[in-house]
Amino acid sequence: MKMNTFAMAALAGVMASGPALAELVIPDLSYRTGPYAANGTPFSDGYQDYLSLLNARDGGIGGEPIRVAECETAYNTEKGVECYESTKGDNALVYQPLSTGITYQLIPKATADMIPMHTLGYGRTSAAAGETFPWVFNYPATYWDAASVAVNYLLSENGDDLSGKTIALIYHNSAYGKEPIRTLEKLSEKHGFKLTQLPVDPPGQEQKSQWLQIRRERPDYVIMWGWGVQNQVAIQEAANVGYPMDQFIGNWWAGAEPDVLPAGMAADGYKALNMNRIQDYPVLDEIQAQVIDAGNGAGDGSNIGQVLYIRGMYAAMLTAESIAKAQELAGTSAVNAAQVRDGMEALEITNARMAELGMEGIGPEFSVSCQNHSGSGEGLVQQWNATDKVWVPLTDFITPDKSVIDPLIAEDAAAYAAENGITPGCL
Amino acid sequence: MLYREAGDFKTTYAEDSQTFPIKFDRWRYWAVLAIAWLVIPFFVNDYWANAILVPFLIYSIAAIGLNILTGYCGQVSLGTGGFMAVGAYAVYKLMTAFPDVSILIHVVLAGLITAVVGAAFGLPSLRIKGFYLAVATLAAQFFLVWLFNKVPWFYNYSASGQISAPERFVGGIAVTGAETAPWAQYLICLAFVTICAVMARNLTRGSLGRQWMAIRDMDIAAEIIGVDPLRAKLTAFAASSFFIGIAGALFFAVYLGAVEVGEAFGIQKSFLVLFMCIIGGLGSIFGSFAGAAFLVLLPVALKVLGVDILGWPSSTVAHLQLVAVGGLIMFFLIKEPHGLAQLWRVTKEKLRLWPFPY
Repeated sequence: MKMNTFAMAALAGVMASGPALAELVIPDLSYRTGPYAANGTPFSDGYQDYLSLLNARDGGIGGEPIRVAECETAYNTEKGVECYESTKGDNALVYQPLSTGITYQLIPKATADMIPMHTLGYGRTSAAAGETFPWVFNYPATYWDAASVAVNYLLSENGDDLSGKTIALIYHNSAYGKEPIRTLEKLSEKHGFKLTQLPVDPPGQEQKSQWLQIRRERPDYVIMWGWGVQNQVAIQEAANVGYPMDQFIGNWWAGAEPDVLPAGMAADGYKALNMNRIQDYPVLDEIQAQVIDAGNGAGDGSNIGQVLYIRGMYAAMLTAESIAKAQELAGTSAVNAAQVRDGMEALEITNARMAELGMEGIGPEFSVSCQNHSGSGEGLVQQWNATDKVWVPLTDFITPDKSVIDPLIAEDAAAYAAENGITPGCL
Repeated sequence: MLYREAGDFKTTYAEDSQTFPIKFDRWRYWAVLAIAWLVIPFFVNDYWANAILVPFLIYSIAAIGLNILTGYCGQVSLGTGGFMAVGAYAVYKLMTAFPDVSILIHVVLAGLITAVVGAAFGLPSLRIKGFYLAVATLAAQFFLVWLFNKVPWFYNYSASGQISAPERFVGGIAVTGAETAPWAQYLICLAFVTICAVMARNLTRGSLGRQWMAIRDMDIAAEIIGVDPLRAKLTAFAASSFFIGIAGALFFAVYLGAVEVGEAFGIQKSFLVLFMCIIGGLGSIFGSFAGAAFLVLLPVALKVLGVDILGWPSSTVAHLQLVAVGGLIMFFLIKEPHGLAQLWRVTKEKLRLWPFPY
């Protein structure tokens, strides 16, 4: 063990001083164990398989091979910190922790170590303010965007009027679940609906009392901020108390196959947001042929095409595109973490580029800038069809109400900057 | 031959009642301290500090605290996580309310606040014992976590409900916050560990410790010989919570930097610290260190062995780790129910006779 760490340290030293080793190291803080494994596994499979495809098909990014350093966190912040510390010395380029709790933990550490983090539609919403959080990116959307998209969808369903309606928010009682509350409170003032908050203690196997309360109060809509086993239990409990599934909307982390399958036919009609459209993309066939069939898949290949697999792949695509951008900006293919950050800040995703990559329409078009690290913030609403076991998109990408969100982000970022003595500015 | 009392003449009362009566032990103690203070700080890097040394030191303080209560005074407690949370939130409120006061004072104050809370939750121990007391402390665990989640004042009304430690300095060197050097992180924890361990060791050797042990061995008999159970039990709860509060404060401020109460100080933390005490050895300060080392190092060692050396998939290693840790706990409990400290005691007995055992 000692030998190994010293060897690693020595290796890192050699890599820092000598000519850069031709390898792009991308850590994957995954979780394939514990109560969140059902959701963590497909995401990690998609993330790694897409990077493996780039290795197999294009020889990496810009000719540099990619090496994925996987580390198991079990969605636990202490293990997440250990994973971060054990992988960062390896010239890690960008972190994707897939956990809001770990993200909060790593924001100051990654900023101090000057390694960028990409928190795809999770993490700290106010990291959208790139001048305060130069090393953290949450494109293509944030939690507050998600809350607003959900409310905008309900507005469109109710003829632009939610006054007098009640909306219950059932949430993971953690930093993740608490994120949307501030936005939903603002939106409830603006649109005149009543917001009820129902926290569920993680991991969330026990939700009887929350659902009894929902049965008693009969809110018009239930919005869920759940993850892992909590989603499965909530959908089952909703079915048990006879809550209408089409009035039950999950956020984009509560709308994947592992969440609805356990409830069987009872989950039919359940709605959820999504930030990436579910279709049969040509790139999936390439992954199947060149990665899974070649025996290089990160998992057993059974998750391919699922919501979270596609999202993991989407995250990897955004990472690969920003590394390509970084190589272009830096004029070298062996980029370092700081150059990747510059690439992320200059990232521009167009429909033409997505089509070129074999994933046409997977996400909205967006561009990142120093002021805005969160992209367009758009999301769509999809519905579960339990008979055919498919998610059916109900809407196109919905734009969030930026007039509510932007001042909140500015306020929260200013508070963070004041608390931590940061002078906002572009790098 | 080397390890023996013979020839080590004590000529004063102070010498006669010192902590380590055997010369070899004294040398070993100073050697360990010298390595910990003078050698390791020069070699420690981010990974060693954050993954191994700092959690080991902090869990050692927590295990010492719980060992005072459970090992020395015989009061089973499942509230350790909750009391660590009290320490963490106390230090957070103090750090943000009085930014000009030294963090060292805040950590000690956090320990004292936890001691008061712990003594309050210790009151039921005067009426109930054993499993029933365990359930009462379990209630403290759930109540405290619920409280810190429910009342926004404790987390200064932050949107996420998380608390995060602002940067604080000791003698101009950052000890909390992201810019902290690994050696500074290590040394501040080591300072608290050294002081706490010396304090705990002397408390347990003195009259208070003897009262606790009398209560543990048989409370009625202890009362008959003149031990006041109210005083003994409440001081045990207070002293135990003081150490646990310091551990919680360091865990939050120095180690993690940001915590969420439900995740960082949940019931699993209470069990983890209790396992450390049981595996290390109940009623032994050395055992607290051994148990903390065992449970902090083992997962990391297994991970390095499985993932980095053998190249297995990280998920397989994580699953195997659960099996291996569970299996080893069972193995130790069957083979050595008195914990690692007992192995150490047996070794010392053998050493006394070496090389001529009879």
